[in-house]
Order: sequence, then C-alpha cells, then structure tokens
Amino acid sequence: MAASGQELVVAKDLVKTYVLGDTELHALDGVSLTVNSGEFVAIMGSSGSGKSTLMNVLGCLDRPTSGSYVLDGMEVARLSRGQLAEVRNQTIGFVFQSFNLLSRTSAIENVELPLVYAGVGRRERGERARAALERVGLGDRMDHHPSQLSGGQQQRVAIARSIVNSPKIMFADEPTGNLDTKTSMDVMAVFQDLWRAGLTIIFVTHEPEVARFASRMIMVRDGKIVSDTEQQPLVAKKAA
Amino acid sequence: MRILNVLPIALRALLRNKTRSFLTTLGVIIGVASVISMVAVGEGAKSRVAGVFAAMGTNMLIVLSGSTATGGVAGGFGSLPTLTWDDLRAIRTQAPAVRWAAPAQMSKVTISNEDQNWTSTLTGSSPEFFDIRNWTIDKGSLFADADLDASAKVIVLGGTVSDKVFGPGVDPVGKTVRIRAVPFLVVGLLHRKGQSPMGTDYDDAAFVPISTFQNQIQGGLQKFIAGIILVSAISSDDTTRAQAEITSLLRDRHHLASADEDDFSIRNLAEMASAQQQGTQALTALLAAIAVVSLVVGGIGIMNIMLVSVTERTREIGVRMAVGAKPWHILAQFLAEAVTLSMIGGLMGVALGSVLARVVAARLGWTYSTRVDMALLSFGFSALVGVGFGLYPARKASRLDPIEALRYE
Repeated sequence: MAASGQELVVAKDLVKTYVLGDTELHALDGVSLTVNSGEFVAIMGSSGSGKSTLMNVLGCLDRPTSGSYVLDGMEVARLSRGQLAEVRNQTIGFVFQSFNLLSRTSAIENVELPLVYAGVGRRERGERARAALERVGLGDRMDHHPSQLSGGQQQRVAIARSIVNSPKIMFADEPTGNLDTKTSMDVMAVFQDLWRAGLTIIFVTHEPEVARFASRMIMVRDGKIVSDTEQQPLVAKKAA
Repeated sequence: MRILNVLPIALRALLRNKTRSFLTTLGVIIGVASVISMVAVGEGAKSRVAGVFAAMGTNMLIVLSGSTATGGVAGGFGSLPTLTWDDLRAIRTQAPAVRWAAPAQMSKVTISNEDQNWTSTLTGSSPEFFDIRNWTIDKGSLFADADLDASAKVIVLGGTVSDKVFGPGVDPVGKTVRIRAVPFLVVGLLHRKGQSPMGTDYDDAAFVPISTFQNQIQGGLQKFIAGIILVSAISSDDTTRAQAEITSLLRDRHHLASADEDDFSIRNLAEMASAQQQGTQALTALLAAIAVVSLVVGGIGIMNIMLVSVTERTREIGVRMAVGAKPWHILAQFLAEAVTLSMIGGLMGVALGSVLARVVAARLGWTYSTRVDMALLSFGFSALVGVGFGLYPARKASRLDPIEALRYE
C-alpha cells in the first residue's frame, strides 16, 4: 500500500467523446484530477453527468479519447490490453452497482477469481479469499451462491473480491445504487473500515447522504468538475 | 496464471449446462462412433474375405483340362482330359514358383456303415492337397505317399460326413465305411472348415488316395488326370509368376504352336482374393470419408454453440476482464471449453463406436476388429476439430471490450 499523501491518481485534461450518428457527445470534457493515497473520494453528479465514464477511465476499464492519466506512476494510455488487465488485477479493485458476481459460483470462488488470473496457487487462493470474506463479515456465507445471498451480502462479496489482491486503490461505481438505506449504511461502513486501514477509495454516487461518508467530495456536471471540497466524513454505523 | 488453471474453469462452465454440453458433443460422438464402427466392420469384412480365400487354399491356382468340341458343342473345361501324370510331375519339379501341386478327381458317392449312409463328394488326391487347402487333421492321420503307391483302401472324412455316418461327436478313426460295397478304413478326421461364401459345406467331403480313387471309383488307372490340378505358389506375390511358369511349361509339353490356343486353363484364386480385398478396402475408405464429413459437421455444431455461449456470457467475460483476465486467458478458457467438449465427445464416440461395431458384427455374423490406431486417430481428429472450430468463438470472446461486455444485457 502506498504511503499516505503520495500522488496515486493524476489525470490531466481527460476527454472522452462518443460519436452518435453525426453528433459528438463529450462524456468527459477536460477533467483534471489528482488523488493522493489515503483519500476517500466521492464523485457526485446527476445521471448523464459523465461520472460513470470518469470512473471507468480511472478504473482502466475504458480509455480516454485524449488527455493523460498516470496511475501509480504508470501512463495508462501507453499500456496494451494485456498490461491494462494486469493493472486491473494488481493495482485496482473495482466494485459495481450491479455487483457483477458470477452466477452459480460460490462466494469464495467469486472472491478467488482475481487470484486465479494473478497466478496464485490453489491453497493460498483459498486462504486469502477466506480472509477477505471474513473482513467484510461474510465468513459464514462462503459457500453460498449469489442467488442465495441478499443484495447487501452480494455487494460485500464483490468488495471482498476487489480487495483480495491487496490493491492500492479501489473504485466503486454507485456501490449503493441497488441497495436500500440500511444496507447502504452497512456497505459504507465496510468502505470506511477499509479506508481507515489505509486503502484509497474513489466512488461514484448520486445520493448526497451517501457522499457524506467520504473525506472529499467532487461534483461533476456535463463532463466537467464543478466543485472539489474536503469534508469531515460522517461515521457510518453498522447495523447490529 | 498457469495454463492448467483454465481447465477447471472450462469444465465447471460446461457442467453448468449439462444438457446443452451433451447435445453439443452429440455431433462429435456420432462422427467418431461412425468412424470407429465403419472401420471396425470394414476390417472385419476384409479379414472375412481373407479368411474365405484362406479356407479355399493358400496362394492357390487351379489347372483345368481343355474342352471337347463334338459336333459344334463345346464340352467346357475338363471335358477333354489333356493333363497327364507327367504334366503334374513337371509342374512339381520344373516350376520354381510352385510349392505344392496335387491332382484332384471328384465323384458323388454313397458312404455307408452298418446302419447309416450318406451321399457326399469323394475326392481322390495326394497328401499335398491338404497343404494347399490349409486343411489340418483333428483325429488320426492323413493318408501318406505309401498309401498312394499301394492304392490303399483308406479314407479321411470331413466333419459332416463323420457326423452323418457315425453320429455327432463319435471318433470315426479306426472304423470302417463302405463305398460301392468296398470297405475303407477311416484313418483321419479333418478339422472343420465351415461354409464357403456360396454356402457349400466344406466339411461334407471325404478323401482317398487318387490311385485308390482311380482303381475303385473310376475303374482302372489312366494316362490322363480326369480332374484338376491344384497348385500352391511359394508366396502370395508369386501366384502370377507360377501361373506364367505353368502355362509355358504345359504349352511346351503339349507341343502347342505359338498360334494355338491353350488346351488347358489356369485360375488364379489369389488374384481374385486380392481384387475382392481391394473392393472392401475401397468401401471402407468411402465409409470412413462419410464419417469424417459427419465429424466436421459435429465441429460446426460445437462452433455454433460456442458462439451462442460467448454471446450469452458476454457479461461474465466482462467481469473476468474487469478483475484482471487478459485476452489470452479468455481465449484459453473458451478454447479449452470447445476442446473439452470435442474430446469428451471423441471418447464417448470411441466407446459407442466399439459397441456399435460389436452389435453390427453380431447381427450380420461378421467378425470385427477394433483398431487402436483408428481410435487414437479419430480421437485426435475430434480434438483438432475442437481447436479448429473453437478458435473463432474464443477469439471473438477475447476481443470483447471490457466496458461494453459489462454493459451487455
């Protein structure tokens, strides 16, 4: 894990343009952003503001049309598809709004997946996946399939999967978007635990009350950053 | 990631859709099964043909006398005896490609003992006859050259004759049978040969020395052989040479001018046998070709399902890529699935084909022989089909854009 205060994400003039027929849509219209390690950043914006596109570009799932993006000292634009996959595997953890777990596959096997692609041996894979699941409070649900788990539990499996490779930074795209208020609170409590343990987290949300748990809030509108403020994070309490 | 890790992933994915996986492999199963069973039955047919000709005789030629032409009616081969005992001796000694030569004269006779009788074909010949016809003795012994010289009244029985005259399972050796009131001592019982392709019972026959035959059946020794000469070449490759040697030898001995027609004829059974074997071989090749076509069709089936599977699992591919699967990981996974499908299909096909060959062979009363090399070949080919037809869908999967794959509904 990078030392606190080190520049982890350095984005300059990111532009992402989609061509729809004969009109050009600027999902990102010159976004510059620096995130230091140890930060807990909420990116807020309404639907269509470009916040998800920003998240995908920062998470190395998508590439910007132009601009420079340096993640942990690597210029991402220069990386091949295979190298990008390696970055996603080693440096980044990603959590989705719709969980994106493999169906008909047990929780522990889902969590092991990044380790499989990292080439970790079977025994170590099992140990690390178990530890990750215990960390998110699912030590007793390891052999359950996603269909046997509640939404909040599924999202916690997804979080365990994103941290199993000990990434430097975690990206979360609307992690509470499919959850009710109480489970949202649980998930944010897990995030805050991980953050306090030193993990850098950037997440996207459109709910102001969820963004209150972060230490920094960035507002995005029409593909541009309109505000960027530090804040005292509200402490999320786990339901009993 | 080690390449071996791909296999369990692929296997698990296939097991999630058992019915579909099975239906997908069905094409390959049928393809391989047909290759295996066609070839096995074809091989059986081949060895059966070989067996039939081996039962007739080894590398055998038949020399026949010429024909009479009385009043414009041609009497057919053998109607005019032209082959002499000296001819036989010459064939035995002066044709290097000839291993054995034996005369044979036949007649229908009634063979009887005290209470039973049976009408069968009696053949007069020499001991070489049994070598030429690959015929061994089960009980007793064959008659010897000394019996020939002495015109001994000894007889060797075929299995059917023994059954009819003495009853099944009775050892006839040492007993006496009568032919035209003349007693013959049974000295041997021949090994059973079964039926000829035309349904003739080889074992419905009895054999005496040719001198005895001429004395007792035909009535007196003669200069000409009123029958045929069976010849065995020294090897199956030498039958044509033996035929040429005998032809020139006999033409010479019969003082035929170069313009004259042969006053004898020679039939080459080995040539007939190889022609028939080539026929079955061509048929086997044709059947195998059809089977290969069905294997390719099976491969197309695999490709079809793999393409559907890639589309259906686009989201899964997106998730795998998002957590760090490289394009080649995805390629390897889908390729492994296709190859696993086709190899399992191949294995099941080999098993089914072997069973099928057994059933068909049992039904038709044919022999069959499962060839290990064919099993390996068709198994290997089915694996190859998996690679060939799995590559395109796998490449398609590996080239998906992660973000688009994740958005796919």
